[in-house]
Amino acid sequence: MIMFERFPLLVTFFTSLLIILGFFIPRAPFGDIQQTLLVWVLIISGFAALLGVDSLLRLHIKRVTSRGEGWAYSLVLILTFVFIFGLGVFSGIKYGTAFSLASPFMYAYTYGIIPLQATMFSLLAFFITSAAYRAFKARSIDATFLLVAAALVIIGRVPIGGMVWAKLPVIADWILDWPSMAARRGVLLGITLGAIGTSLRIMVGIERSYLR
Amino acid sequence: MNINRRIIYLLVAVVVTVPLIIKIAMPVRVSPPVQLAYDKLDELKPGSVVLLSTDYEAGTMPELYPMTIAILKHLFSRDIKVLLMSMYALGVPIGTMALDEVAAEYDKKYGEDYAILGFKPGLNVVIVAMGSEIRDAFPTDYAGTPLEDLPVMKGVDNYDDIPILIDLCSGSTLDSWVMFAQARFGQRIIAGCTAVMATSFYPYLNAGQIEGLIGGLKGAAEYEKLIESPAVATSGMPAQSFMHILILVLIIIGNISFFIERRRKRRS
Repeated sequence: MIMFERFPLLVTFFTSLLIILGFFIPRAPFGDIQQTLLVWVLIISGFAALLGVDSLLRLHIKRVTSRGEGWAYSLVLILTFVFIFGLGVFSGIKYGTAFSLASPFMYAYTYGIIPLQATMFSLLAFFITSAAYRAFKARSIDATFLLVAAALVIIGRVPIGGMVWAKLPVIADWILDWPSMAARRGVLLGITLGAIGTSLRIMVGIERSYLR
Repeated sequence: MNINRRIIYLLVAVVVTVPLIIKIAMPVRVSPPVQLAYDKLDELKPGSVVLLSTDYEAGTMPELYPMTIAILKHLFSRDIKVLLMSMYALGVPIGTMALDEVAAEYDKKYGEDYAILGFKPGLNVVIVAMGSEIRDAFPTDYAGTPLEDLPVMKGVDNYDDIPILIDLCSGSTLDSWVMFAQARFGQRIIAGCTAVMATSFYPYLNAGQIEGLIGGLKGAAEYEKLIESPAVATSGMPAQSFMHILILVLIIIGNISFFIERRRKRRS
């Protein structure tokens, strides 16, 4: 029983150790083992995509059959999925690839998916402007610094900034090159140290939530 | 003072659409990160093969598609060959559209001057696998043709045969390209990204991990200026400029009303 529990932990430990060794010693046999494991990951990733589709469809089919909240949207999702999937398969058979620009799949992509995604993204302009008006207030010294820096970058990063005052783009570049970059670098170091810590916890078996 | 959000939405719509209709010309100043990107690509010898990864989807097309076109024009005008791939499934059709558009303009042929490797899930794994052999990750092109059968792939096995990789991204794929392709295999990288992502990538630029950075529609407009082919990005600059002015004016109004309100509360 103990062996049954520990076996996945041992597999995780030795597999991750091989990957790390392959990263620092890319020569044989570590490099070859790492490469083989990476190809396995590619194959498993393909199946993970299938699992994602299965999970998505199960959830929405259940919602439609039980007439749950927003079931009509779920029905649209299922019908659209079937339609686009059908177009992809048909295009793949007829044109050799679904991505052929003459294929019905690409027609649906160009005139359906692109405008829909662009519309969703464009709405951000409206929300950001409204949010900037309501939330961007000089409530403290820190907030004032942030506000002034943001204002200089907002105006300095567009051509009209240079037309107002030639130094504005230079100031905006300086803010991005120095204070902004220093802050970003700090965040990046924090995230990376956190990722290393979590990876080590998984590797040595302290973090086991992936087994459940 | 509390401006109704419907009025703000209306102002945004007017400020964005009117400059696009009237077409006002605005001077575009080239920033150092974009100049670096241009210079690095301009230094490449004709016949070199670059890898272009269109790691974005339709939502960010307005910002990233113009720079994709501008970069491809620059590459094809210098007879540089292009391998297209994407870490996003729906990034491949976008790259395909751009390639078809520019390749026709420069009379470039599929298989000889460019190829489309396609999409493969796995991100970090794909990047590392390509370091040893591109064919491990992409045995065939997007249409199922073995890479061996494509003349453009002759002598191209891994990153050693690709002088520069260009990642046009709307997410964090550049982090992976830098961590694995650059740090491990020494691959030179140029990045293009949405304006909101650009600040995240300045540390990489400063450390030399990427050799050029094209940020947002403004970056694309700068690139269009460098290749002397003003197009969509350049014509979008007045709309973007006036939009930024509107945001600034609204922030100022918001702060004035905030201070008046605060003073009134203190007095009462």
